[in-house]
Amino acid sequence: MSEGMTWSVTDGDKLTQAEIYGEVLSQLGDKYPELIAMTADLASSTKIGRFEKKHPDRFINVGIAENSMFGMAAGLALAGYKPVVSTFAVFASLRSAEQVRTDICYENLNVKIISTHAGLSFGQAGSTHHCTEDIAVMRSFANMTVIVPADGIETGNAVTAAMEWDGPVYIRIGRGFEPHVHETQDYGFEIGKAVTMKDGADITLICCGVGVLQAMRAAKTLEGQGLSVRVLNLHTIKPIDKEAILKAVTETRRIVTIEEHNIMGGMGSAVADVIVESGKACAFKKLGVPDAFSIVGYPEDLYHLYKFDADGIVEAVSGLMKMEIEEDEDWEDEV
Amino acid sequence: MSLSKDEVKELKAKARVIRKEIINIAFTAGGGHVGGSLSQTDILVCLYYKYMNIDPKKPDWDQRDRFILSKGHGGLGWAAVLGDKGYFDKTLLKNFNKTGSPFGMHLDMLKVPGCDASTGSLGHGIAIAMGLAKAAKLKGEDWRTYCMVGDGELCEGSNWEAASIASHHKLDNLTGFVDRNRLMIDGFTEEISPVEPLEDRFQSFGWNTLRINGHDLEEISNAIEKARSIKGKPTMIICDTIKGKGVKLFENQPKWHYGGLDSDIRDQSIKSIDSNDNN
Repeated sequence: MSEGMTWSVTDGDKLTQAEIYGEVLSQLGDKYPELIAMTADLASSTKIGRFEKKHPDRFINVGIAENSMFGMAAGLALAGYKPVVSTFAVFASLRSAEQVRTDICYENLNVKIISTHAGLSFGQAGSTHHCTEDIAVMRSFANMTVIVPADGIETGNAVTAAMEWDGPVYIRIGRGFEPHVHETQDYGFEIGKAVTMKDGADITLICCGVGVLQAMRAAKTLEGQGLSVRVLNLHTIKPIDKEAILKAVTETRRIVTIEEHNIMGGMGSAVADVIVESGKACAFKKLGVPDAFSIVGYPEDLYHLYKFDADGIVEAVSGLMKMEIEEDEDWEDEV
Repeated sequence: MSLSKDEVKELKAKARVIRKEIINIAFTAGGGHVGGSLSQTDILVCLYYKYMNIDPKKPDWDQRDRFILSKGHGGLGWAAVLGDKGYFDKTLLKNFNKTGSPFGMHLDMLKVPGCDASTGSLGHGIAIAMGLAKAAKLKGEDWRTYCMVGDGELCEGSNWEAASIASHHKLDNLTGFVDRNRLMIDGFTEEISPVEPLEDRFQSFGWNTLRINGHDLEEISNAIEKARSIKGKPTMIICDTIKGKGVKLFENQPKWHYGGLDSDIRDQSIKSIDSNDNN
């Protein structure tokens, strides 16, 4: 984490992911007079309401009108403000995709989007409220930076870093009840730099969001089976950390990606782009939601159903370890 | 203060200059949105040459009045005004629409000095304009935001979201114009998807409204001044206009929403503009 990027939540272990970001945002409001928090009738659901209590003059709730919220955010940014806009992922990335693309990304404006209830985190709400397409949509917008934090602590770091980042940022979080992975905020968060949660030599689990906790759990099981597992938290999907990905390919030769998103177009696809363009071959498997509308259910049940929970990861790793790959260190003959 | 007779004369002359520039750019560009560019011209001329507090030498001056052309396809006509005001070397307009040119049909704020927002996708402008107007209120600054929407554009629901929010925030520093030329690409608005009654609609969304002849410079001027005096709510000035205004061949013709001009049509158009006593 860069110098000066600080926030403090003394009872972070008791707060949910969403509560931490709400608290961090209200602290950032003290530091940045140009920060305006915006939402569309989801102040309490997205926890951006914490900001409202502290900075009521810089809080705008437009009502249920996401498209105009993003347009208004563009106007505020044009006049020098840094709006932080929060709504459900499905609305930010799909309903208002054009406003985000055309009114914000095209002009490279300083609008920071915190989309909540992404992936399957609002499982019981059904497919209308699931969002397994947003990473694909957002990473296709030029100028957009896409971050999928692993937990509340990383969300705090991401929101803090986004305020110092030039241009639009899309930060994707869940409903806010997801358990923590990080124990402290001081692990060196930097936009565009993957975090090695655990080093290993036999296989690398590249993950983001809730996938990080599942990967850590799977790694524990797999280590018990004698495997050396690397866990790479690829919190920034764009700009992507090519160096860390290719290092993992070179050193472990086996890659599994884990994300709470359609396996088409998401983080796994972004990682695959990097690997294919490098010319380095490896055993590779993408885990996530299949190309289908997800069913109603508790998030943890759905992770299990779609096989990207710890059990699913262990199963995929077992399959991948059976694949034969060249063991020499000479890549020249494979390029 | 109403316009003096001399001012009316000067602005009319300027409108003719801009209209002829529109024709010339459309000719060299291989085509252009001539209909809507000509219908909006008198309003833009009144704003840019009489009312807007701007400095073309400092296009990023933070205290400038802003103009958002929500009907971004009027970019051809807007570029003619910005070039004439001196925001850039207007000989650059010879490259309008050409590969690599800063000027396409819809102006890009990152490439065209004086363009305050990149527009073209309809139904976005009022929301952007209200963000600007809200920013001025939050900062306690007195610059104003002007926004022009097309009439056909008002079919887009996003306009009405924004209209509702703008009045809730009491944005009396925001003045809108509807370029009510009654035509959309496929024909007449009231035959395809009616937008009237516009005064009732905007009033019910909390706006002050005025309805004027959008080609009468005195009426435009009086309406802008009236809008500036209204407190506590934004004003929408519904400007009845003629699509293609000033060029007889184009006036009220759906097919001249966008068109290519050969040299005969160009010459005929310039002649028509010069012979039009009203503008």
